[in-house]
Amino acid sequence: MGLRNAILPVIAVLFGSRNWDGAGMAILPILGAVLLLSLGGGWLVWRKTRYRLGESDVRIEGGIINRTARSVPYERIQDVSLEQKLLPRLLGLVEVKFETGAGGKDELKLAFVTEAEGAALREAVRERRDGVRTGPLSESEGSLAPETRTLFAMDLRRLVTFGLFEFSLVVFAVVAGAAQQFDFLLPFDVWDADKWMELLAGPGHWIAGLGIATQAIAVSIALAAFSILGLVTGLSRTVLRDYGFRLEETPKGLRRRRGLLTRTDVLMPVHRVQALAVTTGIVRRRLGWHALEVVSLSQDATSGSHVVVPFAQMEEIAPVVTVAGFALPGPEMSWHRPSPKYHFDNAAMGVSVLAAAALAAGLLGTLLPFLAPMAQIAQGVFVLLAGFSAVREYFLWRHDRHAIDGRHVFVSRGWLAPRLDIASRLKLQTVEIRQGPIARRRGYANLDFGVAGGALGMHGIPLETAREIRAAVIETLARVDFSRLPG
Amino acid sequence: MQQSDRDGDELTPLHPNYVKSLRVSWLIGTLPFVIGALGLEVAGVLPRGSFIVPVLLVALYAIVRVPLTRYQARGYQMGGDRLRVVRGLLFRSDTVVPFGRVQHIDVHQGPVERGYGLATLVLHTAGNHNASVRLPGLTHDDAVAMREHIRAHVKRETM
Repeated sequence: MGLRNAILPVIAVLFGSRNWDGAGMAILPILGAVLLLSLGGGWLVWRKTRYRLGESDVRIEGGIINRTARSVPYERIQDVSLEQKLLPRLLGLVEVKFETGAGGKDELKLAFVTEAEGAALREAVRERRDGVRTGPLSESEGSLAPETRTLFAMDLRRLVTFGLFEFSLVVFAVVAGAAQQFDFLLPFDVWDADKWMELLAGPGHWIAGLGIATQAIAVSIALAAFSILGLVTGLSRTVLRDYGFRLEETPKGLRRRRGLLTRTDVLMPVHRVQALAVTTGIVRRRLGWHALEVVSLSQDATSGSHVVVPFAQMEEIAPVVTVAGFALPGPEMSWHRPSPKYHFDNAAMGVSVLAAAALAAGLLGTLLPFLAPMAQIAQGVFVLLAGFSAVREYFLWRHDRHAIDGRHVFVSRGWLAPRLDIASRLKLQTVEIRQGPIARRRGYANLDFGVAGGALGMHGIPLETAREIRAAVIETLARVDFSRLPG
Repeated sequence: MQQSDRDGDELTPLHPNYVKSLRVSWLIGTLPFVIGALGLEVAGVLPRGSFIVPVLLVALYAIVRVPLTRYQARGYQMGGDRLRVVRGLLFRSDTVVPFGRVQHIDVHQGPVERGYGLATLVLHTAGNHNASVRLPGLTHDDAVAMREHIRAHVKRETM
């Protein structure tokens, strides 16, 4: 901790002293002082931070000058997660996070405790919260071990396959950003188009003089480099994040461990799972690869990722869905499609806006002849987009669908990478029917459900269906009080 | 009352004072624009009346007409175990909150509302969508009574 904080001052000292005469003499004592201060500061912070597991709450006290004492009642703790970054991992330390749903900065953290202490702490908090036992903390982790069952794990082969599908060009964004930041280091101005033109076709004509074949080879080499870089980026990001991925069923919930350098260990109590989402990608879908995400109460906007199965076939996902207390829609499920009017109206809107844009571009081309070539290109693009949006709406109308059964609400939406949301009827919070001016005239509506930690909605369904679904769902909701849900 | 959850059922209208309180709010809200227009008028940049007339017309519409249409578009229906809130004229929204899902309840009173003896009932749920459902334009006594009724349903606030 302290050392990490000392890095910046050290750099500042080194940087600031570049131009001094006899800098060497002055720097050493200053560096020593900075290191001493930060180490001492770290030690003081460590000395002054302490925690206590009380009868009904966790307390953490800290601060050297401003003392803060925060207490969180056990019932409010949604989840306890352990996180290990690289350095603490080498030293066998963990950071304990108590997720309260407050999100962001207000989360309660404890950095660092030893691994064993972290695990014991988590057990203790969980037991007290669930009211299983309120006695003193006991070292009974071993007794839980036989009941755990591995639901999903990724071997290296799967991990690599997954990584290949995570093709990412984010590295180019980073390079471009860096080029903008450090452009003073480059020999010429990267953002100057004329310079590039000069390089490509300038006085030397050296690229133009290479001949077609050579140019084609150069382009293919560039493309190949791009794809290799994209693949490598995707692969390394995936391996870093999901190395040693393991999902287990424990008596306390679903336990997920993953990470190569930063290892995380998250436990999601099953009864706090509000909804599930089965997601996929444009290409991987063709090969049957899907991911399973959990929407839970402890999920805040920042820590978004509660992926419990990152990359698997549906038959591997099905058992996890069952353990989470949900069910995948069976073949006998009667699906309903949104009102054709909804998608027709959407398509009509999109097409008319784009057609108007194309018309405007054409007009501009005739009025200002020197812009004509650009206007023609723009017109073509708009017409293509219009066709695209019409096709897309048609496809969505054919494939968007929803269903309800006795316990669940299913919504499947999306074109190239459709997403299936599964929510428990009992765990919905509110039901809203919404209609805009067009929707009211045409007799369809959006049905939106309030889900803790997520969103779920059926869009553009006939008003009568929306009312029926709402009446049915509300009947289930009103019958069971939320606080008396099983689990 | 129990299974009446269909449109066409009678919605309870809000208290008529709601119109008045909205008018006062709009009056306060439009006042800066009127004053600004007056200032420009005095400065005399453009022909007389080119600022103050349109601004006054818009303000008048906002003060006289908008609160009335808003009042007419809103309504609620208090069931034995659920509250239904309807609002919006152009974009209609019709929300149902079962009492069993309510996390906590606020009865909110702004200064204008207090002047007319009104209050806003706010139901907070755990959902991300519609995390808080507001029902303005109730008399304070009604709002408190509804809160007590709903609270009797909420057995335990923790989840």
